[in-house]
Amino acid sequence: MQELTSDAAIELRGIDKSFGSVQAVRGVSLRIERGSITGIVGENGAGKSTLMSILYGLYRADAGEIRVEGRPVEMTSPRDAIGRGIGMVHQHFMLVDSFTVLENLILGAEGGPLLAGGLAAARAELARLAQDYGLAVDPDARVSDLSVGEQQRVEILKVLFRGARILILDEPSAVLTPQETNRLLQILRVLRDRGVTVVLITHKLREILSVTDRVIVMRRGEVVAERATSKTSAEELAELMVGRKVRFSFDKAPARTGEPRLVARGLSLVDDRLVRVLDDISFEVRAGEIVGIAGVSGNGQSELLQVLAGIRRPTGGALEVCGRKVDAAHPADPAEMRELGVAHVPEDRLRQGLVPAFLASETSILGYQDREPFCHNYLLDGPAVGKYCAELMDRFDVRPRTPGLLSSSFSGGNQQKLILAREMARHPRLLLVGQPTRGVDIGAIEFIRRELIASRDAGCAVLVVSVELEEILSLADRILVMSGGRIVGEVAAADADERTLGLMMTGARAA
Amino acid sequence: MSTAPRPLPGWVEIGLMPLVNVALAFLLVGLIVELIGADPLQALKLLVLGAVGSSESIGYTLYYATNFIFTGLAVAVAFHAGLFNIGGEGQAYIGGLGCGLAVLALDRYLPGLLTIPLAILASAAFGAAWAAIPAWMQAWRGSHIVITTIMFNFVASALMVYMMVNVLIAPGSMTPQSRGFEASAAVPSMQAALQWFGIAVARSPLNLSLLLALLSSAGVWIFLWHTPWGYGLRTMGHNPEAALYAGTNLKRMTMLAMCLSGALAGGVAVNELLGVHHRLVLDFAAGYGFTGIAVALMGRGHPLGIVLAALLFGALQQGGAELAFEVPAITREMVVVIQGLVILFSGALVHLPRPWLQALFARKG
Repeated sequence: MQELTSDAAIELRGIDKSFGSVQAVRGVSLRIERGSITGIVGENGAGKSTLMSILYGLYRADAGEIRVEGRPVEMTSPRDAIGRGIGMVHQHFMLVDSFTVLENLILGAEGGPLLAGGLAAARAELARLAQDYGLAVDPDARVSDLSVGEQQRVEILKVLFRGARILILDEPSAVLTPQETNRLLQILRVLRDRGVTVVLITHKLREILSVTDRVIVMRRGEVVAERATSKTSAEELAELMVGRKVRFSFDKAPARTGEPRLVARGLSLVDDRLVRVLDDISFEVRAGEIVGIAGVSGNGQSELLQVLAGIRRPTGGALEVCGRKVDAAHPADPAEMRELGVAHVPEDRLRQGLVPAFLASETSILGYQDREPFCHNYLLDGPAVGKYCAELMDRFDVRPRTPGLLSSSFSGGNQQKLILAREMARHPRLLLVGQPTRGVDIGAIEFIRRELIASRDAGCAVLVVSVELEEILSLADRILVMSGGRIVGEVAAADADERTLGLMMTGARAA
Repeated sequence: MSTAPRPLPGWVEIGLMPLVNVALAFLLVGLIVELIGADPLQALKLLVLGAVGSSESIGYTLYYATNFIFTGLAVAVAFHAGLFNIGGEGQAYIGGLGCGLAVLALDRYLPGLLTIPLAILASAAFGAAWAAIPAWMQAWRGSHIVITTIMFNFVASALMVYMMVNVLIAPGSMTPQSRGFEASAAVPSMQAALQWFGIAVARSPLNLSLLLALLSSAGVWIFLWHTPWGYGLRTMGHNPEAALYAGTNLKRMTMLAMCLSGALAGGVAVNELLGVHHRLVLDFAAGYGFTGIAVALMGRGHPLGIVLAALLFGALQQGGAELAFEVPAITREMVVVIQGLVILFSGALVHLPRPWLQALFARKG
């Protein structure tokens, strides 16, 4: 008889889970020590989110045993998990924006038909939590008025408020600045020191290395390695995740820049609510260089991309795109921008870059549907489109290589490769790329970045917008930092590091 | 890591599920028939025989189906563009105004071979124009198209009454209808057309408009899936942001989709006025526009599915009338209940059997 392992907060034994014919998790056994921070890393689709959803009662395992604090448990719903002291902080916040912090806190735990009693109790509890864990948040502030970092703190408080002793965080830093991320990591350390068990799911190795005690690496539904954090390195973890050696830095030749392909002068955009989302933006992008735009999400980068691609017209200032002047009085729509040689890989591939319900072959001509060889005599040439899509898939290693499959059936990385292939196939003069590798697995990240650099070397002007500093640093020749709709600094890539860029992003320091 | 179950095979989605829906509806209908003291099996037999039992009843079924094809296509085209056109009724009605005006103006001067195509064009153009106003209001002013198209049905109805009572009424007539069209301006009945080939069938309102409806179905299929505009239209329907990104002008595409939709609804006027009534009358649209919504839903927005669904609804309309005639316990209103249940199960409850079928096929697969 095996002894009761009282020091394990969670123990999983032989967990299996399939969706249809896909085995998402197979034979996973692991132990998470009480009062520790454990990282779970793996590529998209490695099974880490599925595993945590099983633990949180969202899915039921096909086989295997779950033990929480030594006792075997049946998890059939999140309610069970919460009852056992397990709490989860999701990547996308589950908060009601128009409610106050306190109101959000008691949501689902109102404690009676009248709110007053519950609110008073919650206020006292919140004060205690704030003191114990150093998680100060104004209980009467509206969630919509809080910064993203503070909203996340509310999410953590919500979980602690329900008595969680085990905290699962799913990609918690995806929406945070580097500074906010550091604060989050500090909070996690405090939680650990007060005896809370933390499970951190992330693909950011830097965070894993800086905060965790142990790391569990998953690949293709299995646990492939477990390491003490102090005895491993980013290189080793990346290799374990992908199953082969991964190169993080590229040997980029110095940029050979040519004529300016994109010139923005005093560009501004006032939106329907009369908010100035772009303010006096001036910069240029030349042939043969990659310009990176760094910034915390929501500081005008998306709008800038939309203006540059012709989706929105600027309300002030002017653009010169491949020799064509664009301003409020002379707008160019996306079709005309494409004619000028502008290609655009949009930030949100599922909403803009493709139609999930279309076939991959249909996605491969989005925006080019009225051109040869896809369209002649006003009719689409189905076989030609299919053949073209197959060629793109070959060149950009899109898997599976099936033009007749629905676009939504491809993984994020393969969707992104297909969109990139479509936009790069016509040798654009200016390539706009938003979040080139968001939600893309490590193998595809490497491929996509290599292709972007290849296209720069072929003389294309490339503008990359990304919230991943590491990505901007590895791709760009010049870096512009955006904050509050303005460009607050410009740095040559060689002189840039995460700290100074991070400070500029928060608007703390202008260069 | 998707939590969604695997999609059903195509033939289940398009073929089996509508059949299951209809079967469920009939099961409930049978129960109701039993409750009011009639024999469900006898009723089913009468219904089926009434719809397809003789060449006359088949003629009626196909005549009703013609209208349903037009309105079903109209709803489907708009639906593919992400627009819910509830105004097929009014567009068909105003299409009839165009049709009538064209014939009344031309039939005494031009041969039928010119009058009929012009009248068909006028039906389409007036139907399109009636759809264009709500489309314009949605595209440029943000008025919701569901609301405006519903309201335009009432406006159309009032306008037609005014026109018929005050303007187009035949001199000396007490009923609000126009003078009869010249015989040259009639779309030949199917009976006459088949006679040319020596085939004898019973008299029915079925006329060659059915061919126009089938041609329109083929045209819609080509347009939606084999032209760049159809591609842009479907992109807009699935994902307006992607359409914008691709360079589609959403306002113009909204206009195009709605005008096409209205033009197709105008086909009802061709069938009814040129094919059957041979004069402009009130209320010929008789709910076909609304039933078109159910037809389009049941046909999954695909022209082939719409033709099949239109046949079913045509059969229900015709068989139901026979049933009400034969069985005193089953009144005209009962027949409407039956149709309503079929619409309910194949429209609002269309996804009801999905989990069961998914469970069934998941186990097999």
